[in-house]
Amino acid sequence: MTVPLRAGPALVADQSPSLGEELRTVGMVWERELIRFERTRTRILSSFIQPILFLFVLGYGMSTLTPTVNGFDFKKFVFPGIVAMTVVTTAIFSAISIVWDREFGFLREMLVAPVSRGALVVGKCLGGATIATVQGTIMLALAPLIGVRLTLPLVFAVIGCELLMALTLTAFGVAVASRIQRMEGFQVVMQLLLFPMLFLSGALFPLSGLPTWLTVITRVNPLTYAVDPLRHVIQDAQNLTPQAAARFPVGVSLFGTTLPIGAELGIVSALAVVFLALALTGFRRTG
Amino acid sequence: MAQWDGLLQGSADAGAGEAAVAAVSARGLSKRFGDLLAVRDVSFTVAPGEVFAFLGPNGAGKSTTINMLCTLLLPSGGAAAVAGFDVARQPAAVRRHIGLVFQDQTLDDQLTAEENLRFHAVLYHVPAERVAERIGRVLELVALGDRRRDLVSTFSGGMARRLEIARAMLHTPAVLFLDEPTVGLDPQTRALVWEDVLRMRDEEGVTIFLTTHYMDEAEYAQRIAIIDHGGIVALDGPDALKHSVGEDTVELATADDAVAERRLRAAGWQVRRGDGAVTVVTSDGEAQVARLIGVAALPVHGVHVHRPTLDDVFLHYTGRQIREEHGERQLSGRVRAFHARRR
Repeated sequence: MTVPLRAGPALVADQSPSLGEELRTVGMVWERELIRFERTRTRILSSFIQPILFLFVLGYGMSTLTPTVNGFDFKKFVFPGIVAMTVVTTAIFSAISIVWDREFGFLREMLVAPVSRGALVVGKCLGGATIATVQGTIMLALAPLIGVRLTLPLVFAVIGCELLMALTLTAFGVAVASRIQRMEGFQVVMQLLLFPMLFLSGALFPLSGLPTWLTVITRVNPLTYAVDPLRHVIQDAQNLTPQAAARFPVGVSLFGTTLPIGAELGIVSALAVVFLALALTGFRRTG
Repeated sequence: MAQWDGLLQGSADAGAGEAAVAAVSARGLSKRFGDLLAVRDVSFTVAPGEVFAFLGPNGAGKSTTINMLCTLLLPSGGAAAVAGFDVARQPAAVRRHIGLVFQDQTLDDQLTAEENLRFHAVLYHVPAERVAERIGRVLELVALGDRRRDLVSTFSGGMARRLEIARAMLHTPAVLFLDEPTVGLDPQTRALVWEDVLRMRDEEGVTIFLTTHYMDEAEYAQRIAIIDHGGIVALDGPDALKHSVGEDTVELATADDAVAERRLRAAGWQVRRGDGAVTVVTSDGEAQVARLIGVAALPVHGVHVHRPTLDDVFLHYTGRQIREEHGERQLSGRVRAFHARRR
């Protein structure tokens, strides 16, 4: 039987996915992340244990060392840092699903589909960011116990900060995960990166009046610029007296000037773009 | 959307108009990995609606070939077209028109069967208004309709494999690629999987391209390409292949083999004297048994008809027997064990 090798439809252009098809893919990948998250209730609960320990043990413990100033104490100061910690940890570890998908073969199902890698990466990152934001927002329920005052506009502002932070960190996690073949590898890399980054971000202590070496490290750490806006919006709503504000300062000073919150959010947004691009190149190389 | 409609029509009108376009065709297809020529100058054509098998031992180049046809690997030489689209120049179009079932499982077992299918439907651009109908249809074709809301982690290996076949058919592909579809399954489950595959061919009009190193699995194919060391050494239907390596033999154990031999030879049969039996070489041995016994006109203790098998065919063309390779499922075994630990 002789059949022409290329006939009929071969003359049309290649059928790359349309924008609508890409957006539908982003939505589906996002939805899958949420379905899986919702199904692992034990993991949801266990992911709160660490931040709650930090909040109460560290918060109450350190409150005895740092005196209460006009009703504001260390617990209230550290609370936004703990919320940020929850968001960051959840965001980075949500990227682990890529390594799982690789081990269990599902990554292949996604990679051979007629969709762009970009749609898969964006869906993954938005999924992880949504989950991390939900976890961080659930932590807000502890605010009344610490005496942190919440208002509806404040909650919305916090969610906004959390979303940006979560998206950046999920993209960071995906960029790392897409270059790692084995589960063990991801966990090692993340433990090595995550804790130093969290501890040196100002999540747990004020960023002014530090020794020079620590000041330099905190200013280089990208997390610093994600944590501070969150603290800023929460602390601004607590009606601190000038003395309390001096004792528990917010803001990151860089080269002698305190960065406005908009600049910090700009830095985090720029980082989100960089990490997303790295995640995409990592995913493109994945076979 | 337009090409989805066209595709549906295409499969409905198979045989009319554009039926001359081969489902799969390869010309001089080659793949080189460094110094290793994994696939050398492979040419073949698969007609629409055909079941076509690549039969060969592990490492013969089967998976490399299938990966090139599925646009997962770029050919080093030659050309190939799937559903009329060039695999090198129109990979996105090829991917829209093929269904893939890999050797290792690619389901998300934390999702239900239905969720896995819905995910696939979106990634393969099934129009939203058709998704529910297609999911119902393919689940019905593999008889898993009552398990649609169950997590895949509760499925047996055979059920998971059938769900993967259903999923690969969700977007009405023109060609369904099955890479070692029943490796690791017991014979009974294997037969069930094949019932599903053939039902897909009959009811959805899909062309089946499979690789296997199981002889009995290759028997399901209308044509078999025997592949060894990266090249096709024989290509034909199972019966024609068996005929090509020799005719049937009928062994008769009689009361007096010497007399039987003389009488059969006198009647014009091609006869050999074996150990405790005479052996007659003939076509269609089973139909000849009664006549042979009549000609011998002696008490017969035993009759054995041997028809060449695909094993004989493989031995004939490659000089070796296909060996069942042990431990090839070790990797997925490890993954499963790992998974079990996670729970």
